[in-house]
Amino acid sequence: MGSAIKFVQGNEACVEGALYAGLDFYAGYPITPSTEVAELLSERLPVKGGKFIQMEDEIASICAIIGASLTGHKVMTATSGPGFSLMQEALGYAVMAEIPCVIVNVQRGGPSTGNPTHVSQGDVMQCRWGTHGDHAIVALTASNHQDVFRMTVEAFNIAETYRTPVVLLFDEVVGHMREKLVLPAPGNIPLVERLRTSVRAGVDYHPYLPREDGRLPMSDFGDVHRFNVTGLYHDMWGFPSDKPDVVYGLLRHLVDKIENNGHQMAHYKAHYLEDARDVLISYGAAARSALHTVINLRNRGQRIGLLELQTLWPFPKQVIQEYTHRARLIGVVELNMGQVAGMVRASIDNPERVALINRIDGVLISARDIKSTLRIIQGRGV
Amino acid sequence: MAIKDYLRERFLPHIWCPGCGHGIVLNSLIRAVEQLGMSKNEIVMVSGIGCSSRISGYVDFHTLHTIHGRALAFATGVKMSKPELNVIVPMGDGDALSIGGNHFIHAARRNIGMTAIVMNNRIYGMTGGQYSPLSGTGTRATTAPYLNVDQAFDVAELAKASGATFVARSTTYHANQMTDIIKQAIVHEGFSVVEVLSQCPTYFGRKNKMGGAVEMMNWYKDHTVPVGSPKKKKDPTLIERGIFVQKDLPEYCSEYDKIIQRAQKQKEND
Amino acid sequence: MAKQKLKEHRINREWCKGCGICVEFCPKKVLELDRQGKAVAARLEDCIACRMCEIRCPDLAIEVETEAQSEE
Repeated sequence: MGSAIKFVQGNEACVEGALYAGLDFYAGYPITPSTEVAELLSERLPVKGGKFIQMEDEIASICAIIGASLTGHKVMTATSGPGFSLMQEALGYAVMAEIPCVIVNVQRGGPSTGNPTHVSQGDVMQCRWGTHGDHAIVALTASNHQDVFRMTVEAFNIAETYRTPVVLLFDEVVGHMREKLVLPAPGNIPLVERLRTSVRAGVDYHPYLPREDGRLPMSDFGDVHRFNVTGLYHDMWGFPSDKPDVVYGLLRHLVDKIENNGHQMAHYKAHYLEDARDVLISYGAAARSALHTVINLRNRGQRIGLLELQTLWPFPKQVIQEYTHRARLIGVVELNMGQVAGMVRASIDNPERVALINRIDGVLISARDIKSTLRIIQGRGV
Repeated sequence: MAIKDYLRERFLPHIWCPGCGHGIVLNSLIRAVEQLGMSKNEIVMVSGIGCSSRISGYVDFHTLHTIHGRALAFATGVKMSKPELNVIVPMGDGDALSIGGNHFIHAARRNIGMTAIVMNNRIYGMTGGQYSPLSGTGTRATTAPYLNVDQAFDVAELAKASGATFVARSTTYHANQMTDIIKQAIVHEGFSVVEVLSQCPTYFGRKNKMGGAVEMMNWYKDHTVPVGSPKKKKDPTLIERGIFVQKDLPEYCSEYDKIIQRAQKQKEND
Repeated sequence: MAKQKLKEHRINREWCKGCGICVEFCPKKVLELDRQGKAVAARLEDCIACRMCEIRCPDLAIEVETEAQSEE
């Protein structure tokens, strides 16, 4: 079976997490820097009787996994910026039709072809609003491989719990770098399995009627209940409807089931925040450098801490408010032009405390970059 | 079982216009299912967007009404993840061959076991009558007010070249043949393509002065001939009806099962 | 092959949209459209139970019920 400790790329840590969570159908299309996910799964999935297919493009990939989810499988696809752009319509379909699936976006330089082999975190806002219409989105991220594994498992769990697509927003640095990964034993991390309806054959099954606890039992295609799945506004039976009260109820349900449960999904790590006067907020590869910065400056007596976000959407407003209300300076460290910084400003009182500490040239921001920027903000020069 | 058992009766009368050919396709399709004695629970119907694709709402199977052009991609996921299902994919000509053209080619190339029914009315009906890639030169449509200069192409030829192992064509006039062809297409193990010439009297017919449903069906009667008919040599504009391709080649899902066997054997030997 | 004898010819007026396809293609001119524009079987005695009206109806509005009659 092999050792429970591996030295792997982040993409492989994601694959390990997905397999641990019970992935058994993958459809994808090659795109740097996500391709390793597809290559590894083409090898690993058939060994456990699962299925892998390389589709003709990214649109076909996400459509295929949605189809496979409806026959009762845990499904995933992986891509990067340009492919993620292509997937937006179908992502909206999965949101509307409430179909569990996991979409990995290993972010690279953009927009457009950008730079396939260089890092960015430029897709945070696209992830939130890339598909049209009012909707909620769940997106998780990680800065190290152990967390890539954990967040991947969590993505599958959230997808099943809330009957929703979940995006894993990783980045080229985390995806491609090599690091230690400890594989948990089966059972160590609880898994959420597909909830199937207990309604018997011949009894009316409503695919979109929530249980009292809010969960939505599903039924596999091929099983005893025949129902309709559509991207049109629909009623509890899945049939198209344009009645205003039905539409209102549907849209509120789709958004509320995620937004009202944001606190259950708000994953983060608090580093040195208990007495911090300056707070860095970061995520993904940038958080690695932010953590180095904090450790470095703590050693020199500065009361600085790092709030590392692992859930980006729904945006963890409460967590951010809690950890920044005593901060005098809030430095948002990211590899884009302030996509999360803007959200932080909108989430807190005295947003003038927020400064953007970023890098957008395809190079991972370094601890040195962050330190110089902090000094400049504080008026102390480099 | 009676025909009506295969319908979601509470949704009829359907939304299609009086005389719309798609209603005849629905009719022939459920007759085919009935004659084959298929169980409703084994069928998944996957459709796209457009008048044609609304067919899935009216049948009592597992139905998946997807997004424009992508039905075959969704269907590939359904079929590959659960190959024992019988997957039927009705689509319009624009849905299958314009926005969906790429997926059409690759589903055929893979020879994955499903039945694609291209309900070809040579128009985008749902959006009000724009020309489609199958409208052809000289036709009129809301986006071709000065007559269309776009060439059409032969759906059967495209399907054949892409690797489909069952390719056939019929028309709504030839409803009995349509049922028979659909039966054979469903039974065929591999990628089946059935093109049905289906009238849109409201847009294509009206804009091109082809009369109503009855006149358009008579046009199908007068302008089509059986495959291999000598009349085609005399008049190449005639359209052939019948089965063009019917061959036995490895089906995609069963080929993938062999991959699973290979992978598992290799793992044992490691 | 057993000759089919007509038992009952039913037209669902809720579903029928009066397209006229059944009227035009009936080999025995049994059907016509009434004043509401719905198909009616005006000359049922001429019906040979060929079922083409049922088979070609886009609205699935026609049901032709037969009693199979052996030729022997």
